[in-house]
Amino acid sequence: MGPHSSPRHLDKTTLGFFLVQVLTGLSSAASLFLVAAGLSLIFGVTRVVNFAHGSFYMLGAYFGLTLVALFGDWFGRGHLSFWSAILCAALVVGAIGALVEMTILRRIYRSPELFQLVATFGVILVIQDLALWGWGPEDKLGPRAPDLRGAVFILGQPLPRYDLVLIAAGPVVLGLLWLLLNRTRFGILVRAATIDREMVGALGVNQAWLFTGVFFLGSFLAGLGGALQLPKGGADLLMDFTVLAGAFVVVVVGGMGSITGAFLAAVLIGQLQAWGVLLLPQSTLVMMFLVMAVVLVVRPFGLLGRPELVGHGRQMLDDPLRPTSWRFKGLVLLLVLGLAAAPLYLGTYGLVLLIDILILALFATALHAIIGPGGLVSFGHAAFFGGGAYAAALLVKYAGTPMALNLVLAPPAAALLAIVIGWFCVRLSGVYFAMLTLAFAQIVWSVVFQWGEVTGGDDGILGLWRAPWVRGRIAYYYLVLGCCVAGILALRHGLSSPFGYALRAGRDSPLRAEAIGIDVRRQQWAAFTLSGAFAGLAGGLYAYSKGSVFPNEMAIVRSFDGIIMVFFGGVQHLSGPLAGAAALTWLKDSLLRLEMWRLLLGLAVIAIVILFPQGIAGFLKQRFGRFVGIRSELSS
Amino acid sequence: MTGGPVLEADGLSKSFGGVQAVRGMSLAVAPGELVALIGPNGAGKSTCFNMLMGQLRGDAGRVRIMGEDVTGWPPRKIWRRGVGRTFQITQILPSFTVRENVQLALLSHQGKLFDVVTRARRAQSDVADALLQRVGIVGFAERACGLLAYGDLKRVELAIALANRPKVLLMDEPTAGMAPAERIALMELTAGIAKADGVGVLFTEHDMDVVFGHADRIMVMHRGSLIAEGTPLEVRDDPEVRAVYLGSSLDPEGP
Ligand SMILES: Nc1ncnc2c1ncn2[C@@H]1O[C@H](COP(=O)(O)OP(=O)(O)O)[C@@H](O)[C@H]1O
Ligand SMILES: [Mg+2]
Repeated sequence: MGPHSSPRHLDKTTLGFFLVQVLTGLSSAASLFLVAAGLSLIFGVTRVVNFAHGSFYMLGAYFGLTLVALFGDWFGRGHLSFWSAILCAALVVGAIGALVEMTILRRIYRSPELFQLVATFGVILVIQDLALWGWGPEDKLGPRAPDLRGAVFILGQPLPRYDLVLIAAGPVVLGLLWLLLNRTRFGILVRAATIDREMVGALGVNQAWLFTGVFFLGSFLAGLGGALQLPKGGADLLMDFTVLAGAFVVVVVGGMGSITGAFLAAVLIGQLQAWGVLLLPQSTLVMMFLVMAVVLVVRPFGLLGRPELVGHGRQMLDDPLRPTSWRFKGLVLLLVLGLAAAPLYLGTYGLVLLIDILILALFATALHAIIGPGGLVSFGHAAFFGGGAYAAALLVKYAGTPMALNLVLAPPAAALLAIVIGWFCVRLSGVYFAMLTLAFAQIVWSVVFQWGEVTGGDDGILGLWRAPWVRGRIAYYYLVLGCCVAGILALRHGLSSPFGYALRAGRDSPLRAEAIGIDVRRQQWAAFTLSGAFAGLAGGLYAYSKGSVFPNEMAIVRSFDGIIMVFFGGVQHLSGPLAGAAALTWLKDSLLRLEMWRLLLGLAVIAIVILFPQGIAGFLKQRFGRFVGIRSELSS
Repeated sequence: MTGGPVLEADGLSKSFGGVQAVRGMSLAVAPGELVALIGPNGAGKSTCFNMLMGQLRGDAGRVRIMGEDVTGWPPRKIWRRGVGRTFQITQILPSFTVRENVQLALLSHQGKLFDVVTRARRAQSDVADALLQRVGIVGFAERACGLLAYGDLKRVELAIALANRPKVLLMDEPTAGMAPAERIALMELTAGIAKADGVGVLFTEHDMDVVFGHADRIMVMHRGSLIAEGTPLEVRDDPEVRAVYLGSSLDPEGP
């Protein structure tokens, strides 16, 4: 639809236009394919979903930028200089991936899935700060590839010349990977490990080096994807999450562990983006959602995926729920009384912090119900936190309804979102569930972010005034305290009800649960919805505490905050989330004063995964449990 | 429905890739009857069990529970028709107490799985304890299931399986991992329950003392097919069965 197309050329231009559109789609598939292929390869062999894969892609772009400039200075700006810079950037990223594998992941292959996901998320934080430190906050324009400036004309329609390179890159890499996997010893081992991990051990192969090698290869591919797209997209600090959600969609649609599947899915998604932009600029993400939804309904394990690849990670065993002792109840009562008296001894700043802690504790408790007793690692709970916040804000903006009503409506609104997302996600478990929830949440975030006319986009929605009776900070603090304590107690009670027991049974042994009449998926779906509702309440309270909402409230980072709180607190302990929320808020509050707080937080997270896996509540239970009449039985 | 078999299967078949695990198995179990399904490892016994209760979908064949066709139903629905089972690899809920394992089955039987108000721990603990008493582990009621010895887990599984007053019990190697005396005791218990409540029991077992001591009828599988069926005496003297078992171990006196 170029401005110079005239009616007389319509036929020819229409055809040309059609072709260019298809080619644009193919070129945008390239990076997505490279990242997804790396993700899939690593997962196939190590059974770890590397959440930091998007960060490797981002590093590829930044190193590409630096090396192209450097090689340009050293060797001139010719073909050889440019392309070897791209290749070297990918190699550097491959080496970084191998290093991450050797220092971190190697220690936790036998840990539960959640631990692995959290550790790789810690790596994301570290890389974000390192990239910010190394390359600065501004978006970078990519260098032009020599002799590939400008456009070629296809039936009168322009196509950037560099797109031709990208279009070729996908199939070329697919072919090379095929050769590598089918014609080399390394490849045969990789395939063997993907099908049956025990077999590789039996072949007497050094498993450690195989895993490191695969991590190198997978990270190399991600880095190559990032470097290759430089002339088209440049580099920025948001690339990691953007590509990660896309790559997850591709892997889920294509089928975990299948390179060809990843290629097909990338092409499909690429075409969708190319045409979506054209037909309805704001619809690309919704269309991505629809394609993923359709594929999941028809083929739950993706186009070319095999169900048996989605194994269950090692289970954590938690202790049976015991009746709470009077001492413990007394302790809780003391805590609540202490909180109720907080306005007496805390200043404004402390109170604001405490409001945050309480709200996040409610959010974390809701998330914990799904992760701990439900056994499902949701990486998308920000969608429900933000969903509640936006429900309240949109009501204010468009209906002018009062605060009390909005706070009442926030949970059901979030629950509605959870019903839809949950329906797709509980069909799959394990890492698939984590990836899917993340992808869905990212889509919700993008819709809010892109649909500026309705949601205010990046500028958010301002003007959430509190009702007169809670306008003061102290009054609102008591409202938050009341809602959060009630919410947390309700969630705790729910877990000790028959509903909660049936949910936990589905995690402990799906086979047994189904053999005593429990519909495991339905139980999980209902729990997911309830958990979403409580997260929505937290979100609504949060929105009114700040007086505004921004898309950040539903960004991946918020989901991750939730995970970290659950994790800090200890997954196996119902009191964990509260401790985790306090710890995270305190940690962030102290770290935020420092530069590179994400780096420190990321390192702290990684250290906790490796050194302190039972969490704060687990630690307290071990040390002081006897005092309040709690024993550690199975968990430790 | 009285008098007819509680469990019937016709022509059950299943193959995994190229391996035909079960071919054309048919069987019937009457109320109060103990039927042993025996055969060497890999004969297809567990696969049969999985098809009977819906854990696996067969390639062909039909299953009827008390006359009702339940082919293709999920396990949870078949359970509600009165089928309880134990698994070759015990399936209990390790993070629950022994009593809670049984309580949850009782709650499910009452259709209370979506109750978020009451406390599960308080539900029917007397009924649960009576079941635990019956299988002889009421002393462990408060223990975390994950801490129990293997033989005791088998008993928990039996108590769970009995919770919905089943008409059919499927027991895949119920006494594996137990001492010989314990085995006999458990099978005696099972036989008692079967006779008292008119439960049809289908079980697999490697211990020939248990099989010949308790089964009313024995079915022998080999490579997915039924090769012999009859009373213990008939089966023991069957030449094909003897060939499969290389003679010796079929004598109750031991190898
Ligand atoms: N899920 C499965 N996938 C592939 N083959 C299987 C599977 N389950 C059982 N088999 C095969 O089917 C045959 C029968 O197994 P099974 O029913 O477990 O025998 P049994 O219980 O009599 O020892 C064996 O050859 C076994 O390897
Ligand atoms: Mg078996």
